[in-house]
Amino acid sequence: MIELTSASATAFVAQAVSVFDVGDGFVVPLLLKLVFILAMFFVVPILGGYLEHKVMGRMQDRRGPVEAGPFGSLQLVADGIKFIQKEDVIPRAADPWVFAMAPGVALVPVLLVLLVIPIGPGVFALDLELGLFYALAISSISTLGILMGGWASANKFSLLGGLRAAGQLIAYELPLILAAAAVALQAGTLSLVGIVEAQATFLIPGTDINLWYLFPQLLGFGIFFLAAMAELARPPFDMPIADSELVFGYMTEYTGIKFAMFLLTEYAGMIVMGGLIAVLYLGGWQLLPGVPLPGCEGAGGIFDCGWQGQLLGVAVTLGKMMLIVFLFVWARVTYPRLREDQLQRMAWLVLVPLALLNLAVITVAKVVF
Amino acid sequence: MTAHDLVFVIVGLVTAVSAILVVTSRHLMHAALYLALTLTGIGGVFLVLGAGFIALVQVVVYVGAVAVLFLFGLMLTRAPIGREALDSQNRGLGLAVAGALFVLLAALIIPAFGGESTAEVTGPTIEAIGIAIFADWVLPFEVLSMLLLAALIGAILLARREAGESGTEAEVTRIEMGEALADEPDRHEAVGTSAPAGELGAGGGR
Repeated sequence: MIELTSASATAFVAQAVSVFDVGDGFVVPLLLKLVFILAMFFVVPILGGYLEHKVMGRMQDRRGPVEAGPFGSLQLVADGIKFIQKEDVIPRAADPWVFAMAPGVALVPVLLVLLVIPIGPGVFALDLELGLFYALAISSISTLGILMGGWASANKFSLLGGLRAAGQLIAYELPLILAAAAVALQAGTLSLVGIVEAQATFLIPGTDINLWYLFPQLLGFGIFFLAAMAELARPPFDMPIADSELVFGYMTEYTGIKFAMFLLTEYAGMIVMGGLIAVLYLGGWQLLPGVPLPGCEGAGGIFDCGWQGQLLGVAVTLGKMMLIVFLFVWARVTYPRLREDQLQRMAWLVLVPLALLNLAVITVAKVVF
Repeated sequence: MTAHDLVFVIVGLVTAVSAILVVTSRHLMHAALYLALTLTGIGGVFLVLGAGFIALVQVVVYVGAVAVLFLFGLMLTRAPIGREALDSQNRGLGLAVAGALFVLLAALIIPAFGGESTAEVTGPTIEAIGIAIFADWVLPFEVLSMLLLAALIGAILLARREAGESGTEAEVTRIEMGEALADEPDRHEAVGTSAPAGELGAGGGR
């Protein structure tokens, strides 16, 4: 397999060295990276889900899960075990192959995107030159899985939910990509590690005050946040699974492990979006704007950290991700669901023009300064 | 045979088999799904050939948008769930055209590039691609953009039916956000309410 790595595309060659690149071998770093991605995929979404349960509970004046594990923290693990035990029902009229493959087609892109998301100095599986574009391009495949599930269920509610989901995901993908493009433009790179690095060294022109991209791109952050929430089809953007009118949309006929896979897609998607927002707008693993991690002041506080610095960096990034998840949950319990026409109007008439304006302003500012 | 060749063969086989299945499948939705797989496979071929950027563009444009729109359109119009025997009557003709095209392309490509060295496959960096498009080839790029924009507007104009042009006009249910317009008395008659405009808008009790 050595030939494969040496002959692969330059655009797909790692830019920075990951902490998992130990030794000269091929197998050991590969296994370490797989373990890392699987941990990100299974453990961090459970953290996010627990946060959601608890925060939603508090905001709705109840306690959330309390029984399973200390403070109810193992509730989602228990739920997972329950889902595995449940009967796997395939409707008689359904198209069995497409029905069975749909959750996987929705789930795998989220797993693949985790490949490029850096969560600490050197703590990432791969730093691709095209990292940001890779993340946005791969995550667009999920739509296909949702459409497959909606159609193959042979259920009118599923079909309507699938159609709504596809329309929504296509509509909100555009502002998402445009807002991300403005960040890439300002950073001058598409590599996610490069974007964190650019934020650590970005100064307000004429001064030496360091800022995260959140501040010059507040509008872009708002667009990206709303579009990310809509891409995840979470309330208030949950028209595709609106349970008061569509039963459960494209997931109506799914049971057991397949349903759990759709749920995991949503929670892992929250983590991916939280990670992207943390990297694009919140300075990645920087503690505060202009404050690098203690112990690694070199190179703008990006690399050359000891293992303590790396652990702290991971904690800071995960903290920022959880902050974003908290904001998602806050919006979920606060706002009522948007109607389908309002949802489409908001994407095409508000977010897309604003995203184009944001891109134009950033372009001009980039050239002027 | 290196691992690189092996991956290329696997990706190429998947692409070719799914492309054949697109035209031989008797189920419209399955054909569309095989098309999505074919387009993904072409992205994989680009990736193996060292064109990472093109591969991602292939995925985001053809799989994420074109294939999804295909499925979307099929579901909205004709997507019978279950068994359906679609069969083209032009099998012979299709086979002849496809075979002729294959022979022609093979006859052109193999003599032209058959002797090229395939030892090292590398693509340009994204920076080089960007400079090529926006510095050296900016004029053709802009012309192409205008062409695509014109095609887009034309498609919207064609698809959009003017009022009273053809067919029966469906009753449009208008639901405003916020206050209903005061200058729409006929609408209130139509829905059979005599409620004042403000009350109707504020209530929104649909």
